[in-house]
Amino acid sequence: MLKNVFEYTGKKVTVFFFEAGKITSLFGQVIYWTFKKPSEVKSIFEQMVIIGNKSLGVVTITSLSTGMILALQTGTAIERKISGAANMLGGIVSLALTRELAPVLIGLVMAGKIGSAIAAEIGTMNVTEQVDALKTMATNPVKYLAVPRFIAAIFMLPLLTIYADLLGTLGGLFISLNIFDGTTGSYFESLNMYMRLDDVFKGLFKTIFFGAIIAVIGSHKGFETEGGAEGVGKSTTSSVVISSMLILVTDYILTAFLW
Amino acid sequence: MIKLNNVIKCFGTQQVVNSLNLEIPDKKTVVIIGRSGCGKSVLLKHMIGLLKPDSGSIVVKGKDIAKLDTAGLDDIRKHFGMLFQSAALFDSLTVAENVGFALTRFTKKSPAEIRQLVKEKLALVGLENVEEKKPSELSGGMKKRVGLARAIAMDPEIMLYDEPTTGLDPIMSDIINELIVNLQKQLKMTSVVVTHDMKSAYKIGDKIAMMYEGRIIEEGTPPEIQNTNNPTVQQFINGSSKGPIQVLG
Repeated sequence: MLKNVFEYTGKKVTVFFFEAGKITSLFGQVIYWTFKKPSEVKSIFEQMVIIGNKSLGVVTITSLSTGMILALQTGTAIERKISGAANMLGGIVSLALTRELAPVLIGLVMAGKIGSAIAAEIGTMNVTEQVDALKTMATNPVKYLAVPRFIAAIFMLPLLTIYADLLGTLGGLFISLNIFDGTTGSYFESLNMYMRLDDVFKGLFKTIFFGAIIAVIGSHKGFETEGGAEGVGKSTTSSVVISSMLILVTDYILTAFLW
Repeated sequence: MIKLNNVIKCFGTQQVVNSLNLEIPDKKTVVIIGRSGCGKSVLLKHMIGLLKPDSGSIVVKGKDIAKLDTAGLDDIRKHFGMLFQSAALFDSLTVAENVGFALTRFTKKSPAEIRQLVKEKLALVGLENVEEKKPSELSGGMKKRVGLARAIAMDPEIMLYDEPTTGLDPIMSDIINELIVNLQKQLKMTSVVVTHDMKSAYKIGDKIAMMYEGRIIEEGTPPEIQNTNNPTVQQFINGSSKGPIQVLG
C-alpha cells in the first residue's frame, strides 16, 4: 500500500517536472525566435486581429457585468452601515478592477477562448502532419506558429484589459447612478481620490505575463498533441486548465512583488 | 545518393527499424514496399530528418543528417520535397499560398513571379483555377495533387512520397502514378516512394525494396521482385493471407 503511494507520487512528480521542463524549453525557444529575423509580420497581425478584435464581445460582457456586480455588491454592503455609498463607489470599483479583477478575469477568459484555440489549431496541424510539412520546408514551427501568437497575446492582452478597465468603470457608474442615486461627478471624484495611475500600469504589467502564459501553454499543448480528434480535445482542455492555474499563481506572485 | 547504414529506431520497447541498410541511387525512383505499420513511413521520415535514428547513419549529399543541427537540417531540407500521406496542406492558407509557401519564404521573387510559378506547378499536376480555394474545398485526389505541386515548387533534387495513392480511387491512383512518372522524367529527381500499392510500385519504381520486421529483406527491379523466390515477398506482392508473414487477429 505504502509502496503504491510512493510509486504514484513519484510518477506524478516526475511527470510534473518533465512537463515543466518542456514548457520552459518551449518558452526559451519562443524568446529566441522572437528576436530572430525575418519576423512573421503578416501572421503576427492576423493573430492580433484574432486575439484582439474578435475577443471584444466576450471582453465587453465580462467587464461590464463585473463592474456592475462589483458596484452593486459593495454599494449594498456599505449602505448597510453608512449612507452615501455612491460617493465611494467610483474609487472602489475602479481600484478593484484595475489592480486585480480586470487583469485576472480577462486572463482567465482569454485562456478559455484563445488558449484553447491555439492548442486546438496547432494540435490539429500536428496530428495531420502539417507541422511535419513545415519542417520539411525548412520552416521552424515554433517561429512560424508559436511566436506570432506569443507576440500578439502579450500586446493584445494589455489593450483588452485597458478596454475592460474602462467598460467596468462605466458599468459601476451605471449602477451608482441608477441604484444608489449617485452623480457622475461624485463617482469620478471618488475614483480620482482613491486611484493612482500606477494601479493601472501594474495591472497591465501582469497581463503581459498572462498573455505569455496563454500563448506558450497553448502552443506547448498543441505541439504535444497525439492521437487524432481525442488527442486534440485533451490538449485543448488541459491547455485551459494549466493556463488558468498558472495565471492565478502568477497573479499572486506578481501582486506580492508589485504592491 | 541517399545511403542508410545500420539504422536502428525504437519507440519504447518496440524496435521499428532494425539495422537497416539501403542505398537510393541518384535520379532513380526507389519504391519501399511492406505491410501497413511495418515502419516504411518512419524510414522516410528519417531520410528528411523528421526522426533521428537511435544509431546508424543516414547520408544525404555527403552529410550524415542524423548529426546535423537545426540550421544544417534546414539547409539540406531545401533540396527535398515531400508529399505526405494526407497531403498535409495548411488549412488556413489557400492553394496558391500553400504551393507558393517556400517560394515566398526562401526566394526573392516578386509576388507576380510567384503567382506565375504557382500556376505553372499546378498545371504540371493537372490543376487550374484552384488557386483561391482552401484545402477544405478540395477532393482527396486534388489535395494530393496540390501537395505534389507544393513539394516540387522549389525544384527539389530529392522527392519523398509517403503513400501517394492511399485513399484514392483506382483511376485517381493511376493519375497520381502517371504524375510521379512524368515528374521524374521532366525534373530528373531522386525519388523515394513508400507504398503498399503493388500496381503503383511496378509502375513508378526503377527499384523496389521490401521492408519486413524492420529490415530490407529483398531489393531489385520490378521484374526481379515479381520473379523472386523469397516466400515472404511473394506472399506480400500476391496479397495472400497464407505464408511466412504472420497475420494476427
